[in-house]
Amino acid sequence: MENLTLTKSDLDAISPRMVLDKGTRPTGYREVTEDVVSIVEVKTPAAWWVAFVVSFLVMCMLFGMLAYQVATGVGVWGNNSPVGWAWDITNFVFWIGIGHAGTLISAILFLFRQKWRTSINRAAEAMTLFAVACAGIYPVFHVGRIWRAYWLFPIPNTDLQMWQNFRSPLLWDVFAISTYGTVSALFWYVGLIPDLATVRDRATGLRAKIYGFLSLGWRGSAVHWNNYEMAYMLLAGLSTPLVLSVHTIVSFDFAVSVLPGWHTTIFPPYFVAGAVFSGFAMVMTLLVIFRKWFHLEHLVTIKHLENMNKIMLVTGTVVGYAYGTEFFIAWYSGNPYELFTFQNRAFGPYWWAYWSMISCNVLSPQFFWSKSLRTNIPFMFVISIFINIGMWFERFVIIVTSLHRDFLPSSWGYFRPTYVDILTFVGTFGLFMTLFLLFVRFVPMIAISEVKGVIAADKHRNLPQHVEAEMAVKHNEIMKVVV
Amino acid sequence: MALLDVQGLKTVLDPNAPKQLWGVVAEFENEEALLKAGRAMHHEHGYTKLDAMTPFPVHGIEAALGIPRSILGYIVICIGLTGTITAILLQWWTGAVDYPLVIAGKPLFAFEFAMPIMFELSVLFSAFACVFGMLALNGLPNLYHPTMHFSKFGRATDDGFLLVVEKNDPKFSAVDTQQLLMNLGASSAEIVED
Repeated sequence: MENLTLTKSDLDAISPRMVLDKGTRPTGYREVTEDVVSIVEVKTPAAWWVAFVVSFLVMCMLFGMLAYQVATGVGVWGNNSPVGWAWDITNFVFWIGIGHAGTLISAILFLFRQKWRTSINRAAEAMTLFAVACAGIYPVFHVGRIWRAYWLFPIPNTDLQMWQNFRSPLLWDVFAISTYGTVSALFWYVGLIPDLATVRDRATGLRAKIYGFLSLGWRGSAVHWNNYEMAYMLLAGLSTPLVLSVHTIVSFDFAVSVLPGWHTTIFPPYFVAGAVFSGFAMVMTLLVIFRKWFHLEHLVTIKHLENMNKIMLVTGTVVGYAYGTEFFIAWYSGNPYELFTFQNRAFGPYWWAYWSMISCNVLSPQFFWSKSLRTNIPFMFVISIFINIGMWFERFVIIVTSLHRDFLPSSWGYFRPTYVDILTFVGTFGLFMTLFLLFVRFVPMIAISEVKGVIAADKHRNLPQHVEAEMAVKHNEIMKVVV
Repeated sequence: MALLDVQGLKTVLDPNAPKQLWGVVAEFENEEALLKAGRAMHHEHGYTKLDAMTPFPVHGIEAALGIPRSILGYIVICIGLTGTITAILLQWWTGAVDYPLVIAGKPLFAFEFAMPIMFELSVLFSAFACVFGMLALNGLPNLYHPTMHFSKFGRATDDGFLLVVEKNDPKFSAVDTQQLLMNLGASSAEIVED
């Protein structure tokens, strides 16, 4: 150990595990409390009001469109035979997929002891909750008569006179999504309790009472932490298979049918990879903005962004591989319907959607092989937007291109969205952003107690003195941001 | 585990209520000092009614203060398996007993199609058991606790590391315990009343 010197590749190996940027600002316990909690304590910034009012108006448009749809009928959407599922289910899968990154960060990275997750898990989990809320709108409103939406659940009632069909993947989906939403909310709230207590102890008057009520009287007792850590670990252990199951079951909605283009065994892993891919892109889009806005660059560092870019590179490549495999199997199966569907995807009337998907999902993350590009913040922001667009197109391609040319040419059609489709989808972004803005305003957006735990663990990392010294000297090289 | 500690609330609201000695709370500057003092209190001086209050889970504190491993896992597995059984009974009874309906010639009940909901309900029940079990074991919600009278209570959720000794500890003596904590490196120690 004495003669250890750090090479460039050693630095690259250690640096993704460095959680906080200690070079720019002090990161003691008190400073972390101050930097994070002050965001919810200061006078509401004018920029927040502007963003909130815009998001709120867009959200009102969503509710207006939904009211119009309920009052008129599902016919106000463009779905029609043969394309019975269109933007509604595309948007449903799009939003659910986005949620998956939050659970991946909070649960799977926790089990793998990836300590860097502590800086981003709170915001990512909040994003999960809000994305699930947006997703839930679509299947519920697609049933048409939403006052009968409780028929989706096995609730004893006097008007249906029968039970749900448990042999249908659509019912599995009802259970998967509602479980996912509930467990994500519980996980998020459990993580919040100690931080709400931190806000409570700095507040006075009514604020202290509200946060005091929400933090349930948490006082950081060792006995409490003992049970709390066990609960957190168990929730992470439960959420890990849960998140994999949710998108698996979403993919069953398609894979269990007998439709060419849907009926494939590759769907579960391919959907899960795509969900993680799109979710990380959304976390990136949000964090690039919010870390800058609220001066959290020393807590959400370039290393966090770089690590997320690496995950996007991996999952984007997995998704690209899945696209290739689908094509190969379509040819290799010798099934003419299957082959036609895939040729029709790439070269049929929806060719533009297919090639948008390929260029955004498969090509754009490949730039992240380059270190200078994956540490370039404006560049990664643009790529994250491209990935969001590409992953929306993926769901559109899977759903609409598989449906629009049925087995008989007499049942061929071309789906076009109506203005209600478009404004409803835009409106869900309003709902999402409204909830997210409320979250950053009222709740600590970084898991304070978890970051402090990492600061404490960092003190005991037992690297030799001279290695620590060298890492301090090379700080700028490690935390380099390419502009 | 009462939702509202009525007696405690009365004491807080009534300024003339007689105060009772509850224990001693001491403050330490960092987690190492807390661990060292906690270990000494429990293992050398034989105190048993010890607790700490820290802004994050300090690792090793359970061993230092003699806190046993959490039993939450056993609660969760029991309730989780209840979820599995609920899912089996629900799908079997609704589909094969109460309203049998032949759809596409599929069996009325089979484990193959019952599996996804069995899994989801196991997770759902376990997650509820996890959160509410944790709260119940911790006696939360409980908006009042005597340690909140400690003058620097707020540091426990910021950057302070507090060690708590309850009055009903057999070794407890207000003056001696306070002095001992100061000798063990506390930056301050106070007697806390309820």
